[in-house]
Amino acid sequence: MNTIGVKSVPVVMATGAFVGMILAVQTYGQLASMGLEERLGVLINIAVVKELGPVLAAIMLAGRVGGALTAELGTMNVTEQIAAVESMGTDPVKYLVAPRVLSCLLLTPALIVYADLLGIFGGYLVSVLQFKINSGAYWDYSAIGIELWDVGTGVFKGLFFGGAIALISCYKGFTCREGAQGVGEACTEAFVGCFISILALNYIFAVVLDATYKTFWPLRPLL
Amino acid sequence: MIRSTVQPNDGILVAQNLVKIFGERVVLDNVSLAIEEGKTTVIIGTSGCGKTVFMKHLIVLERPTEGQVFFRGQHIDAMRGWELAKIRTQFGFCFQMGALFDSLTVYENIIFPIQQHRTITDYKALDELVKLKLAMVGMDGYQNQYPASLSGGQKKRVSLARAIALDPKVVLYDEPTTGLDPITSDVINELILKLKRELKVTSIIVTHDMRSAYKIADRIVMFHHGKIIADGDSNHIRNHPNDIVQQFIEGHVSEADLAALRLGGTKYQTQFLPDDFK
Repeated sequence: MNTIGVKSVPVVMATGAFVGMILAVQTYGQLASMGLEERLGVLINIAVVKELGPVLAAIMLAGRVGGALTAELGTMNVTEQIAAVESMGTDPVKYLVAPRVLSCLLLTPALIVYADLLGIFGGYLVSVLQFKINSGAYWDYSAIGIELWDVGTGVFKGLFFGGAIALISCYKGFTCREGAQGVGEACTEAFVGCFISILALNYIFAVVLDATYKTFWPLRPLL
Repeated sequence: MIRSTVQPNDGILVAQNLVKIFGERVVLDNVSLAIEEGKTTVIIGTSGCGKTVFMKHLIVLERPTEGQVFFRGQHIDAMRGWELAKIRTQFGFCFQMGALFDSLTVYENIIFPIQQHRTITDYKALDELVKLKLAMVGMDGYQNQYPASLSGGQKKRVSLARAIALDPKVVLYDEPTTGLDPITSDVINELILKLKRELKVTSIIVTHDMRSAYKIADRIVMFHHGKIIADGDSNHIRNHPNDIVQQFIEGHVSEADLAALRLGGTKYQTQFLPDDFK
């Protein structure tokens, strides 16, 4: 949990912060031309919280954590350490895979929250300090534009992104071919597999969650 | 169905008509062998002849394409889960490169199988047990070292200490002396003999080191292209009439290998002749 979660916090935070800052720089001009620059907060926060925060944080984790998992398990595989675990009557999946999958499942959503927070804060810094947008307006429009549903869906997706990263990386580590080249290829395949899975899952969730929201939106006052 | 020459209760470990096929390659071709309890059986053969694959079948790290493996009459290659795990606690396996967990210290490596299969209540007794196991292989005092800081011979000795941590009935050694200098190799040979003497374990050793084989074996079995071509004690193997056996134990290159080397020559025509190798 320390390696997968705690040590990933700085890179995930940096990813989130830069995403928020870049969004502010890229969208300010267009909103300003329509006199809507004070609404920059809505745009940045929706993009960060719903899509870019979860996806880019997960991709960062696929590179950092997924690569490390594949390399570690792949090396254990080629040096017969996994066979050694098995020969001592211990199930290597239970001993080596289960804790890693569980850590990724639990910690990816938490790391996405960090990415979201830093994304919002990065956007705030650029909007207020560089473009001189009113600080109160930034937060007011952010609060109006973002619903609990948006934050929830981003974090919910994190569970599946984390699961995909752990399962693909561990599978590639367990099945990697012998030698340094085998481990290297397994790491590359794991990252590419994780990357594609994250994007594909994100598309599926976009469709499913959008349909779910539209179905239940009229019932919202009853809740 | 082929009638087997061995029966499930013929030894502590029995392989009956084992066939293993990887892709299109037949690695084990109808191998039957009964391992006698308390004895040291050495399996020899050229690289790629199937001896390591055969040994992995004995602990079900590989499952046969055809045939069965029996441990004390129990059909183990069909077992899974806890049932198989319980059987495996009666085995110790020394891997060729040691296969020590490099993220754990020597102490943690030794207690790994104990932690997995015993409830530890007395940690002082556990420390004593680790000390005892390491002392048996001459490695007491190395408890806090990581495998990366050990030499090849030391790794094999720690691996041996880990293999005997649960007091197994059978210890399997995969090329225990490969890559070691002659003196360290002999230390490992003495250790194998000592464990047999003191713990009364059944040992199965895969090797191509004939000096080692003659020293430790009660029985030598030779594999060639996935089949057993010789089986007997040291004297029987030394005087075996089969040319392949003699060629292997004497370490002589064959005419066919020399012909292959000549065919593999470049435009400079490396003309190897049998005399070149005398």
